Amino acid sequence: MIPELAHFSLILAMCFAVLGFLVPVIGVYQRDRVLARLSLPLTYLTGVFTFLAFLGLCYSFSVDDFSVLYIAENSSQLLPLWFKISAVWGGHEGSLLLWVLILSGWNCYVAFRSHALYEDFRGILLSVLSLISSGFLSFLLFTSSPFVRLLPNSPQIGGDLNPLLQDFGLIIHPPMLYMGYVGFSVPFAFAIAALITGKMDAQWARWVRPWVNFAWAFLTLGIALGSWWAYYELGWGGWWFWDPVENASFMPWLAGTALLHSLAVSEKRGLFKSWTLLLAIFTFALSFLGTFLVRSGVLTSVHSFASDPTRGTYVLTMLLIIVGGGLLLFAMRASSIRNTSYFDIFGKESWLLLNNILLITLTLIVFVGTLSPLVLEAMGSGRVSVGPPYFNLVFNPVACLLIFFMGIGPISRWQSTKPKYLLRVTWFPFILALFIATACFQFLLFEWLAFFAFTIALWVLIMAIRDLLGKAVTKDTTVFTRMRKLPKSRYGMHIAHIGVVISLIGVVLVSINSEERFVRLHVGESASVKNYQFTLSDMAVSREANFVSQKAEFNVTNNDVALGVMYPEKRYYQTRGQVMTEAALSTGFTRDLYIALGERYDDDSWSVKIYVKSFVRWIWLGALVMMFGGILAALDKRYKPRGEIE
Amino acid sequence: MKKVLFFIPFIALVILGSFFYFNLDRHDDQMPSALLGKSVPSFTLVNLKTNDIITQKDLPQGPYLINVWGTWCPACAQEHEYLMELSAKGINIIGIDYKDEMKPALDWLAERGNPYSKVIFDEMGRLGVDLGVTGAPETFVVNSKGVIVQRHQGVVNEAVWQSLKSYMNE
Repeated sequence: MIPELAHFSLILAMCFAVLGFLVPVIGVYQRDRVLARLSLPLTYLTGVFTFLAFLGLCYSFSVDDFSVLYIAENSSQLLPLWFKISAVWGGHEGSLLLWVLILSGWNCYVAFRSHALYEDFRGILLSVLSLISSGFLSFLLFTSSPFVRLLPNSPQIGGDLNPLLQDFGLIIHPPMLYMGYVGFSVPFAFAIAALITGKMDAQWARWVRPWVNFAWAFLTLGIALGSWWAYYELGWGGWWFWDPVENASFMPWLAGTALLHSLAVSEKRGLFKSWTLLLAIFTFALSFLGTFLVRSGVLTSVHSFASDPTRGTYVLTMLLIIVGGGLLLFAMRASSIRNTSYFDIFGKESWLLLNNILLITLTLIVFVGTLSPLVLEAMGSGRVSVGPPYFNLVFNPVACLLIFFMGIGPISRWQSTKPKYLLRVTWFPFILALFIATACFQFLLFEWLAFFAFTIALWVLIMAIRDLLGKAVTKDTTVFTRMRKLPKSRYGMHIAHIGVVISLIGVVLVSINSEERFVRLHVGESASVKNYQFTLSDMAVSREANFVSQKAEFNVTNNDVALGVMYPEKRYYQTRGQVMTEAALSTGFTRDLYIALGERYDDDSWSVKIYVKSFVRWIWLGALVMMFGGILAALDKRYKPRGEIE
Repeated sequence: MKKVLFFIPFIALVILGSFFYFNLDRHDDQMPSALLGKSVPSFTLVNLKTNDIITQKDLPQGPYLINVWGTWCPACAQEHEYLMELSAKGINIIGIDYKDEMKPALDWLAERGNPYSKVIFDEMGRLGVDLGVTGAPETFVVNSKGVIVQRHQGVVNEAVWQSLKSYMNE
């Protein structure tokens, strides 16, 4: 009964979403204020009924209702409760429901905060958001309903959640990633509303910026969690694989980062307006494309847990209607949106323009790398893959250049900044950074790009700290009073930039200062990697609730100082007949030790993979710092909804 | 001139969109199997029913279906009924009991009926690996010359069978 009620509630949600799209549009064009205002309750109703449907599915999962096909395929009565709940988004249907839930929740929040907007604008804004909701709700209902029953022969036991997904990282990774993807629908709707009403000014930009910041912060966290999960759960020892699905989440991130910066110019200087609008559409399109690529099976990837061509066609059609409509509108209306001042080549706007050019170049590099195998296949060259070598060769130098400009941009001023001034404030930090980097590289393997990246990272770090300490160069106040006076958005910016620096240092060090070895060990033997000795002291088999485990025990010492015991494991999940490698990790601020258990040889020895990863934590730490910076900037009081968009 | 430039993103989307659209169709046949056009790989395994050795020489003269299943797979339970219908229509189906245990598998067939003319007991999934099986259920169509001509991943139902049927006589 509950699944049927939930299904019905989802149908209601779709009806409200369709109404929420149509009614305000009619209201705006007929100048009927009552109809236009209906956009608010309709948005809330869509949200409430989607939430009820989601609750229904969660409930059915918690009571092991295996007569529902989706639950039978993705859950098992042996799972602990929290995995039953996270199994709700363990497969395609449920993760799509989560997606729609987050989308309508986000829309409700926009509606809730929209009272300062003038009515026509609000009507169109909420109407566009409802259109997106109705697209995804109908996709869910028509192609991938999670409420399909398996009757009359319903199984007694569930097929179990994919063991790869039985993990804390995976409980929170999809919701965060979706918050990011979905969040970019808000700037998209704002862009459409701006194009239709022809109104786009500094107030508009101040309205959009916090939404972009939030979406970007969540996407950052989502990507970082995904990378962290792949690192410790997939047992590959790497943190980024240029896998199509990773790229699919990375592209909107890059475009969204460009949007963040371009919005700053639109707000402060009234420039780049049509470019900002285009970026808003573009970022949303890439989020959408991400969904399409993952769900359609067009790209094969380690992540493709669910793929189906009919679903692909549906998402593609939706993409073409919504994004195509947006771009067509852009083509026809963008020329009516005029920049309100002139571009100054020596101002901060030039650096931000460079930032945008580089970020879009990076997006295109990833785009080409992800899709060119498809194009080549279509042209008949067979299946090829563009691997990390391409990305390392093309992506990394451009990214380094971008980070170089990240040093100059924040300290230059709007309109005119004399080159002499820039030179004056940058040379000393640069010498200092070069000095520290040279000192550090005495202990590291020398590589040009790594050395350059490391120096630039330190340089940006020094300048960001100096800017925060001494922004207002007045003599009469202390550093602390000055710091308190700085707006949150400035802190947010520097903190996010410092986050990039931290990640970059992590990336550089993990790539040049790590060591990995494959060894073959009997019980009692040991291997040494870098300064660490790993002794295989025991092997044991044990039976757990839903798997059988083969566990090894390693004693680890660092130059004869005992560090503790590590237990890499292989798990055999009977329900799915799947074998999983659970690597043992010993994490640390400056290094991770990583042991993965391989195969057993005939003579009872085991193949073992051991890594010592230098500073790998910093990569994710940096992402957290970036996220924090993004949220802090969004909370700046400048963005509090006050005036109307005129 | 500037107005024309604003159309570029839209045109790019249309080109990309149509490219995807036509490319999707190519994937309608699901993942191509490396074995399409080849004969069934050789194997030496146990016949689930009789406990004898069974090899590729014991396979029937085609056309027939090879169906990969397991008692651990809920979708197989759902598919089973339709397989019973197919076998009642006289379609020859060879089962591969994939990564399973013998006792529950025999119970399963006793309880739900046996649509298979022979069941190969592939306890370790060895034959499954050779066939490139990614999960159960999966079905292969073998023609009268003993060549694998089609592969279907997922549950076989009426709609799927309508498309598989044409391959039987190839």
